[in-house]
Amino acid sequence: MSTAAARLGWGKLAWLALALLGAAAFAVIALARGETVNALWLVTAAICTYLLAYRFYSTFIASTVLGLDPARVTPARAHNDGLDYVPTNKYVLFGHHFAAIAGAGPLVGPVLAAQMGYLPGTLWILVGVVLAGAVQDFLVLFISVRRDGRSLGELIRSEMGNTAGVIAMIGVLMIMVILLAVLGLVVVKALVGSPWGLFTVAATIPIAVLMGVYGRFIRPGRIAEMSAIGFVLLMAALVAGQAVSESPDWAPVFSLSGETLALLLIGYGFVAAVLPVWLVLAPRDYLSTFLKIGTIAVLAVAILFVMPELKMPAVTRFIDGTGPVFPGALFPFLFITIACGSVSGFHALVSSGTTPKMLENEVQARFIGYGAMLMESMVAMMALIAASVIDPGAYFAMNSPAGVIGTTPEQAAQVVSNWGFAITPDALSQIAADVGEKTILSRAGGAPTLAVGMAHILSNLLGGKALMAFWYHFAILFEALFILTTLDAGTRVARFMIQDLVGMAVPGFVNTKSWAANVIATGLAAASWGYFLYQGVIDPLGGINTLWPLFGISNQMLAAIALILCTVVLFKMKRQAYAWVPLLPTAWLLICTLTAGLEKLFHSNPAIGFLAHADKFSAAIANGKVLAPAKTMAEMSRVLVNDYVDATMTAAFVAVVIAMMIAGAVSVARALALPRISTIETDPGLGEAHHA
Amino acid sequence: MRERVAPLLRRLSETAMLMIGVPDYDNYVAHRRQHHPDEPVMTYEQFFRERQDSRYGFGKGKFKGCC
Repeated sequence: MSTAAARLGWGKLAWLALALLGAAAFAVIALARGETVNALWLVTAAICTYLLAYRFYSTFIASTVLGLDPARVTPARAHNDGLDYVPTNKYVLFGHHFAAIAGAGPLVGPVLAAQMGYLPGTLWILVGVVLAGAVQDFLVLFISVRRDGRSLGELIRSEMGNTAGVIAMIGVLMIMVILLAVLGLVVVKALVGSPWGLFTVAATIPIAVLMGVYGRFIRPGRIAEMSAIGFVLLMAALVAGQAVSESPDWAPVFSLSGETLALLLIGYGFVAAVLPVWLVLAPRDYLSTFLKIGTIAVLAVAILFVMPELKMPAVTRFIDGTGPVFPGALFPFLFITIACGSVSGFHALVSSGTTPKMLENEVQARFIGYGAMLMESMVAMMALIAASVIDPGAYFAMNSPAGVIGTTPEQAAQVVSNWGFAITPDALSQIAADVGEKTILSRAGGAPTLAVGMAHILSNLLGGKALMAFWYHFAILFEALFILTTLDAGTRVARFMIQDLVGMAVPGFVNTKSWAANVIATGLAAASWGYFLYQGVIDPLGGINTLWPLFGISNQMLAAIALILCTVVLFKMKRQAYAWVPLLPTAWLLICTLTAGLEKLFHSNPAIGFLAHADKFSAAIANGKVLAPAKTMAEMSRVLVNDYVDATMTAAFVAVVIAMMIAGAVSVARALALPRISTIETDPGLGEAHHA
Repeated sequence: MRERVAPLLRRLSETAMLMIGVPDYDNYVAHRRQHHPDEPVMTYEQFFRERQDSRYGFGKGKFKGCC
């Protein structure tokens, strides 16, 4: 046997061994009954899946489906300006791209989905990322790179027509509104009656202003210095927060109700979005980006060292749809609840944003598009692990609405124990005391659960029980920080989109120099997500219950739109033999989003269907009865209005998806009718001429 | 050892800067010198401001995502 052959043989053997190891890990996590499973098995199964998918499936897409061409000139080379278009080292660009796609989504969804056990979530995260999420990110990046780094909206307009472009834009605006509302709700839920948490999160505003002034006037552009100052102040605020929470004078000042917090947040979103970017948004963005990457890295290391046991069962009885965290059965609602981490439409915006303008060579689209999404999926796996290492009784007490489990540890322990997750009232009070909070009951929204899980893991790595409260509030701060950044940035984006859309009818409205137009559009943006946020806060079923499925549906819907675009482009390239690569996930996402959307509208169970819920309330109003959660007739009518607004929103999502399906089918039919390639890629030769 | 660590640290800081939307300044200067020798080059402070405004200028489809 020659050396080369031996090497080839060893390579194949290594991949085979990896596949066997992955299969063994899957067997352990899927077949475990009765005894706890170590989190490392989940990590092993995930990493084996990622490596195999990257080595084989992404290579197949790169060379056979897309025919990536290493000799082709990328936009970064063609339009190199040292600013937006810069050929960038692929590892540096990977970091940039990952930081842009990683956010709150993969942290919240898996935590909520843990109510069905860790296994369904794990399988969907892994299968979803390999066949849908990473494929979408990779294909959109490829399409954008071959078209001068154009954005998703522009790509849809040029490949599928103006109407499709406008519909997609309205869809994206609706998603923004729901996304900002649900993220706001996550923050509110984490900070209600938590002086420690609220103090530290509030402190980030003056800290950001200080950093902003420093980086603008005192030492212009010294990012490392301003970030270091910000980080030190942030940690100081975290320590001071404990003193605040123990002070009889200050604790009440920072113990606010959900309603007050929601109004403050809406006001903040409006003000922050009209202030100059260097003052609050940019400096806090720097802090939250570095903190996010740092915390993810620390958590990954901690899981490897601590090797926690999963206490959540592999599968719980709530796969039947009766779960308290979110209503609805495994199909389709698991696939809606875990959006980011498996597949996220938002990444299509990033993949067609700054990244395609910095790609050195188009073959690197595989490493950056497909690879970064695998890493994002790993973040979702870590969130799932963090939620599964907590005692299941505590998990359900934290994530079930007060309307279901009551408001005292005694009631909660009894209800949750009756579900089969034994827990004592003392244990619930003890966890609250450990993390430095008065109560942990009904803190839905994912962030607090994740924070307890992270505190559990991180305190095992460093500090033990003594530092548990510190780690808990650190985790809350880490999430709140980048959620606030998203609220601020998102309100600005929504404002621009509103100006664009309204501008189609009233041309003067587009003028970004007009203060009146800016303030009106910003107000509209903040009011629209604020409406849903406030509605979620006063909802006694916790709000997350209603809003998260709406967000999941909308995010998956955007992914479906992006994948429809990818399918159309493959047909136009006359590569339809491989159109199944984007079509397979498109079909699955369409099935899930449409089923979930229609169930949210028409399901006969009032806990799931908005219209059934509205019927129940309007019948009660007709009989002069007041139903919980409402306490007065006026509140009854408000519940009814909310139901109709939610139903309208869902119907609009469904309509957008159907319109895009039709637009996609029409474009495919046209492409098939033409004998030649009908998509226009930028001529790579042109760009070089610019600088020659 | 030093020769190996220095470029690695440089790459890491380059990555961190790009994560918040600021590409390599030296590269920008080199590009301007080579391709636009007669035109002015921004100072680092101007460059930083230009990048900051551009990152949050949010033209169409420039949103940085959430998840």
